[in-house]
Amino acid sequence: MVDATGPYELIALSAAAAARAIAAGEIDPTELIGAYRARAMADELNCFTWVAPERGPGSGGDIAAGSSPAPGESPLPGTPLGGVPLAVKDLFCTAGVPSQSGSRILEGYEPPYTATAVARLQGAGATLLGKTNQDEFAMGSSNENSAFGPVLNPWDRARVPGGSSGGSAAAVAAGLAPWAVGTDTGGSIRQPAAMCGIVGLKPTYGAVSRYGMIAFASSLDQAGPLTRNVTDAALMLRHMIGRDERDATSLRFPEQIELPRADRLDGVRLGVPAELSSEGIETGVLERFHSALALAQELGATINTDVMLPHAPHGLAAYYVIAPAEASSNLARFDGVRYGLRAGDGQDLVGMYTRTRHDGFGPEVKRRIMLGTYALSAGYYDAYYGRAQRVRTKIVEDFRAAFEEVDFIVSPTTPGVAFELGEKTTDPWSMYLNDALTVPMSLAGIPAISIPCGLSGSSEGKGPVGRGLPVGLQIAGPAFSENRLLDAAYALEQAIGFDSTAAHV
Amino acid sequence: MIDRDEVLHVARLARLRLSEQEIEPMAAELSSVLDNIAKIEELNLDGVPPTSHVVEVTGRLRADEPHEPLPREVALAQAPAVSDDGFLVPSPQA
Repeated sequence: MVDATGPYELIALSAAAAARAIAAGEIDPTELIGAYRARAMADELNCFTWVAPERGPGSGGDIAAGSSPAPGESPLPGTPLGGVPLAVKDLFCTAGVPSQSGSRILEGYEPPYTATAVARLQGAGATLLGKTNQDEFAMGSSNENSAFGPVLNPWDRARVPGGSSGGSAAAVAAGLAPWAVGTDTGGSIRQPAAMCGIVGLKPTYGAVSRYGMIAFASSLDQAGPLTRNVTDAALMLRHMIGRDERDATSLRFPEQIELPRADRLDGVRLGVPAELSSEGIETGVLERFHSALALAQELGATINTDVMLPHAPHGLAAYYVIAPAEASSNLARFDGVRYGLRAGDGQDLVGMYTRTRHDGFGPEVKRRIMLGTYALSAGYYDAYYGRAQRVRTKIVEDFRAAFEEVDFIVSPTTPGVAFELGEKTTDPWSMYLNDALTVPMSLAGIPAISIPCGLSGSSEGKGPVGRGLPVGLQIAGPAFSENRLLDAAYALEQAIGFDSTAAHV
Repeated sequence: MIDRDEVLHVARLARLRLSEQEIEPMAAELSSVLDNIAKIEELNLDGVPPTSHVVEVTGRLRADEPHEPLPREVALAQAPAVSDDGFLVPSPQA
């Protein structure tokens, strides 16, 4: 029996536990929504770009006919999620609700429809709590590239939460939302989840429809859960997956997503490729990683350190050609004609385009558009884009060969713990290095989860509770292995015993 | 090394105006990023096919059935300027 006498007890419930308590009639979803709404309204970390108004007339309309309930509206009783509030990354289109992808160029944009991933969660009974801050167009690893300003890490407010789903990760870690939906192109779910001490899952490419996600790099973008624990991640994923006629690359997932229950890892073969667990990784991160491997062995797993991903060290270079190339094409649509900002009054048509894009895009987005345009331009296409696509093939082959030998590849999620605001903004490549361990899985389109595996002692005393900063363990599996992946992550999560509510504000 | 003229050429291709103070830093930052990317030149990739997409499904088309389009007023509601039921843009020769 849940003691639900006050807001604190409500907030302490995980999303899955809250959904169960609602179904059992033990808590009132309206009170749960109200408690989170009050916390989101009092957000001091700049996690939210918009918070749903209280339910009632004028609470923001659903312009598109049909599919999803209006923001803040309680769902039908008896739905699997029963009204549990959901934070949604700004780049998901939400009908009648501001959706700017963290950019000034979409100032005031309120889409006429809702992204499929969000609509499916709402259809399962999730209530839209608010939209969360992010790096502009999901380009960044620190959430410092946002038109709404940076997000602060609840473990240490002088530090970044990671990115690009930084608002989503910080909101979950701070207890301002029970869970959040984010997107991952090269690590944008896993990296902030690791830096905020929560769980983040990037599903198999194609498992979740991209319809209504404001596109960054279409061959890599994938939506997924940011949650307090592995069970919540499984529950959210269950209600996101599936073929969508509106996204030709979406696939019918071959099975239902089950809630994980494994408590052992007997017979599970974990691969630890040297390419992802040695060079350029902080000592404090490696210590926690090796402790997690020892726990995995105690649970019955075998560790294979001979498995290799020889092309993984080239993943970052390939990614930073492919992603900007696709972005430069996707972001051509922002031209001041159909939505958002228009600048350049009195100019001719091209002058209006170029002025709008000058005023509307931030520095990192401009850099990536320039990089992508350059890589695709006459004379350079083969040297950059063509080569990067061939490296991508080698990385896909590396993983295929590795999964002949092992069930999962494990590594630290990030080379370091959350860094200080402003620490990496002057040199773009130093920021891009944050993605070194997450990008290979993105290029291969395979699922990967980050779970907290402890606190790094290297920054002891700087966190609010004086215990260092969270470290993420990344587990990656073959395409569509989500159920097995979640089981393995769950068993490890129980053994590690990390308290992902420790940074609640 | 990307020089100033190359930055301006690429910016023109991208329909992106760069202010005077953005040009030199952009040249330096792009050069630095491209130096790091040049690492992939070390690899022998002869005969390796390119991967543009990891989903190996092609030609799956939905049924060609008519459905209700977005109402015109809804499509136009977010536009900075509209006229005569269409998007209003400046003249190409203004």
